[in-house]
Amino acid sequence: MSDLGTHANRIRSKNAGPFWITIDIFCDADGFEVIAGIPTDRFAARLGVTEVKRFDLPDLGVVKISLPRPQVQGSARDRDMHGAALAEVLRGMPV
Amino acid sequence: MTEVRVLIPAGALGLGWDANALEAGLARRPDIIAIDGGSTDSGPAYLGRGVSKYSRAQTKAEWAILIDAAHRAGCPLVIGTAGTCGAGDAVDWLLEITQECLTEAGRGARVAVLYSDRDAEALSEVWDIVTPLPGAPATRAADLSECTNIVALAGAEQVQEALATGADIVICGRTTDTAIIAALPLAVGCDPGACWHGAKVGECGALCCTHPDTGVIEIAFDATGFTVTPMAEASVATERTVAAHLLYENSDPILLHEPGGALDVSGATYMGQGKSVRVEGAIWRPAPYTVKLEAARVVGQGIMSLVLVRDPRYVAQIDAWCASLEDRARAKIADRLGDVTYDLELRRIGLDATLGPLEPGTATPNEIGVMAQVIASDAAIAREVAKTVNPLLLHHPLTAEEPMPTFAFPFSPPEVDLGAQYEFVLHHVLPLDDPMDGFRLEVFDV
Repeated sequence: MSDLGTHANRIRSKNAGPFWITIDIFCDADGFEVIAGIPTDRFAARLGVTEVKRFDLPDLGVVKISLPRPQVQGSARDRDMHGAALAEVLRGMPV
Repeated sequence: MTEVRVLIPAGALGLGWDANALEAGLARRPDIIAIDGGSTDSGPAYLGRGVSKYSRAQTKAEWAILIDAAHRAGCPLVIGTAGTCGAGDAVDWLLEITQECLTEAGRGARVAVLYSDRDAEALSEVWDIVTPLPGAPATRAADLSECTNIVALAGAEQVQEALATGADIVICGRTTDTAIIAALPLAVGCDPGACWHGAKVGECGALCCTHPDTGVIEIAFDATGFTVTPMAEASVATERTVAAHLLYENSDPILLHEPGGALDVSGATYMGQGKSVRVEGAIWRPAPYTVKLEAARVVGQGIMSLVLVRDPRYVAQIDAWCASLEDRARAKIADRLGDVTYDLELRRIGLDATLGPLEPGTATPNEIGVMAQVIASDAAIAREVAKTVNPLLLHHPLTAEEPMPTFAFPFSPPEVDLGAQYEFVLHHVLPLDDPMDGFRLEVFDV
């Protein structure tokens, strides 16, 4: 068992408009093989949602996870205006 | 067909660029200089208020440089989403700055201004043809009248109309980030897939290259593709940096929707050529013409208080402390203020303020900043609620029998007025018979 972050070169999360957040996991070839093997529902559960959009991009060595924002950007209970911190939730995910 | 060179100085006006890189770009004789002026990314308050997030002085200094650059290059200058939000007030703010810049330079220019504002009443009349996008809030036509600003995102066609006036400077209200870059190459017949793909790659300036802070890139469009070249000496475009930019702020990196169609990059190829990258193979898939709508409304007036908890016993039991503090606060508010509606939330900075229940970390911090956020419909109520919470933030004990504790307020007064709090209301598309429907174009000879 290891953390997802140890298999990634960089994890970035950011708003994709006010209603979505997207998380890009950048890896080398070995890391990509490990992270692409994680079932999609495990990503969703870790992020506290039931469904995510997922793109595995082997040419770039990227696994991309997009989800509707749990709190709309800037709404009263939103904690992270740019959606920048959600990457940290995946970094520590057991693999 | 000759190529069309679009010079992009930075990802947004207000972020700055490498001055030598801008000069290098001008020496290559661009056909247009295009820069973005905004985004929803910094939150709903800018659209709600119709103001820019960047300082006026910074905006004016950079805009004056670009006005001069376009004059020297003999090409038009276009900005999209002026004043961060692209609402009418923000557009007029940049128009006023433009007039000052021209006056101070002792120069005249033709200025075209594209307004993207939508009238709430007119929009509610056609609400039955407005479609929510995935993730959209459950907005009703009746909610539109509460919006302080409603804008539609213009595409390439509206920017082309503005350019066709012969304007030296085009100031656009809300546009898609890509429209200002794609407009001219599309107008002269470059490959549409390449136009939108290149515009998407270039929308954030040198973010698609190494040394992203240098800002300036050139995208040269032609009949079969485009070539992206960073203008700073140190900066390089690689196949990877260019292809990876499609990931940035896009929920789908393969299919990107724009007014009048979608960009499909599934067949795109990237070929490095020195410090440039040549890209071909993207396909533009036309669709019925729609524009995306954005709007913001006031949800209440906000107050924030901050107290620092340093006592290790309290840090260790911060869950219990916050829970009992909040219970006592709510009881006191009900007792003293009666039946008022408010939102109160305590966030623990240093523990889980950013991620809340998703926080995976378990380390015990030295101290915790407890931020109490109050939102109420009325500023006076919000202040009363916050002031009722105040003595608890200062002295609330973990147990009734222990001596009264005191916590650290970092400033006086500890309540900070956040002003009107806004929320985004629309994530919908509106079909248009003609791309100019509802957009307004004005031309000034300054």
